[in-house]
Amino acid sequence: MMAMAQKYFWRGLFAVIMAAGLYATFLRFWGGLGASTNLSDQFPWGIWIGFDVLCGVGLAAGGFTLAATVHIFNIKSYHAVVRPAILTAFLGYLLVVVALMFDLGHPYRIWHPLIMWNPRSVMFEVGWCVTLYTTVLFLEFLPVVLEKFRMHTALKIMKGVTLPIIIAGVILSTLHQSSLGSLFLIMPDRLHPLWWTPLLPVLFFISAVATGLAMTIFESWHSSKAFGRQLEYGLICNMTRVLAVITAVYLTMRFLDLSHRGALATLNEPGIERWMFGLEIVLMAVPMLMFFREKTRRHPLAVYLGVVMFLLGFVANRMNVSVTGLERASGVTYIPKWSEVAVTLAIIAAGFAIFRLAARYLPVFEEERHEDQESVPGTRIPTLQGAAAQGD
Amino acid sequence: MARAILFDSTQCIGCRQCEQACSEGKKLPYDDKIAAEEKTSAHKLTAVRTYGERYSRKLCMHCLDPACASVCPVAALQKTAAGPVVYLPERCMGCRYCMVSCVFGVPTYEWNSRLPYVRKCDLCADRVPKGEPTRCAEACPTGATISGDRDELIAEARKRLAENPEGYYPRIYGLEEAGGTSVLILSAVPFDQIGYPVNIEKTALPQYTWAALKHIPDVVVMGTVLLGGIHWLTHRKEEVARKEGRS
Repeated sequence: MMAMAQKYFWRGLFAVIMAAGLYATFLRFWGGLGASTNLSDQFPWGIWIGFDVLCGVGLAAGGFTLAATVHIFNIKSYHAVVRPAILTAFLGYLLVVVALMFDLGHPYRIWHPLIMWNPRSVMFEVGWCVTLYTTVLFLEFLPVVLEKFRMHTALKIMKGVTLPIIIAGVILSTLHQSSLGSLFLIMPDRLHPLWWTPLLPVLFFISAVATGLAMTIFESWHSSKAFGRQLEYGLICNMTRVLAVITAVYLTMRFLDLSHRGALATLNEPGIERWMFGLEIVLMAVPMLMFFREKTRRHPLAVYLGVVMFLLGFVANRMNVSVTGLERASGVTYIPKWSEVAVTLAIIAAGFAIFRLAARYLPVFEEERHEDQESVPGTRIPTLQGAAAQGD
Repeated sequence: MARAILFDSTQCIGCRQCEQACSEGKKLPYDDKIAAEEKTSAHKLTAVRTYGERYSRKLCMHCLDPACASVCPVAALQKTAAGPVVYLPERCMGCRYCMVSCVFGVPTYEWNSRLPYVRKCDLCADRVPKGEPTRCAEACPTGATISGDRDELIAEARKRLAENPEGYYPRIYGLEEAGGTSVLILSAVPFDQIGYPVNIEKTALPQYTWAALKHIPDVVVMGTVLLGGIHWLTHRKEEVARKEGRS
């Protein structure tokens, strides 16, 4: 009974979100941005850029971090999670493009940067990287589809070009994950000193790598629930260790930078900035401390909560850079309109739904292997067989 | 011979002739209600603002190295040799990065249009390259706004400051702001008292992004070598195993 009720609850919620999203879509394309958003000349970028694009791209970072881990660094134990990570990334990027179509005043010109060049523009570079990387992700995901339909010749050809594709993917990701931070370098006078720093690109890159890992853990946890599979404890334990270390590096760099620039003094100033900054830092520091403890790493629920907390911290950071940190200088307060929120929620809901469908009908998750449970963190799982050994 | 504007706010009487001339020239609506708005918008490219008994004008500053032009992914905004920063609507995809990047908060948007464009003053790009004055300068009855060659206008502004040191706050706004602008402003009081942002960077803003962008080719080259190298190293064991298995 409980399971049934739960199922209907989620389906109902999905339907409501989609209906609201559809109506908001109508408002956006019929009435324009003025009718569907709370944006203004003073505050021209809202959550469609701040959340849908900045966070969306970051949350899809698992694709390149795990592709690099497995295919470049040859750490085979991570093989099991590469495919879901690449699927998430591919879907993530497609949805970012969809979200961008909502935000652009002339969505049908989204291809313009491909022929109308301005190499001095960070946005131009992001546009190119995202276009190319989405293509790379398509190619990285293609073997899964080919496998499903048993197209062995095509699979063989794909295997031959795996390495260049993976390298291109890692470089393209490095470039645009950091460039999303570079977007805000142009406003040293207006972005609050808690967030504006010449290191923005580096900080964006490091936090994206951590987020890629966190998303992968999040997915593994959920898919193990949804498909009744065993959670790969050993692997997840290992990933939380790495996550803790990367977060430590990130937070250390963040605080060194703040203190070198003398920005910590602004914490004494009243205003929403210091609270939002505190929120962002706490949401990242707490999971980091949790994951440094062996006991927490071994507790599935704690791992899940920690990872969710970290992801919220990441979202808080991106929202602070793109919204909170700019409000004071703009002189206005921006609170998204219901329709902005509805579109964003609909895009997220669609992402979950498509992921679920793909995971159900395509060989995204490997066949369950029982030796996993005993595997100790750090040790390598025996080389995988057949279907799973894509790209080696 | 880049053209520019000198606005001497001490001579402005708030008659709004500049606003009206601008709107007529750009075929934008103009009436008493719009005149009272005191801010720039998609239908008002320059605005006279009242600060007690003083007046100031808001319009595009036409930076020498404009942030808006540097950030535009499709080069819809361009700094021309004649001085004006122009907008090419047929290129624009409506991302509004120009609006986010402008330290003076100048570009505005047609928020209520289904296919909106960016709007801003273009320094009468149809006139100034020919040496003609801008519409606002032509319409100004007191000479508060004049247009001409930037270097000559700087000399003129310096002359005014030197001749009447009591009457002016001793600075020319736009000389160094954001790396220098093609709109120069004089005032009797500190500039923030008549609505201009102060303490803004003296360096041209695009240099901040360029500092990051210029590393891209290096990242690509180094990244390829590094990743390829790591792959080669980490896969060595399998290579050896394969060879041993075969031989």
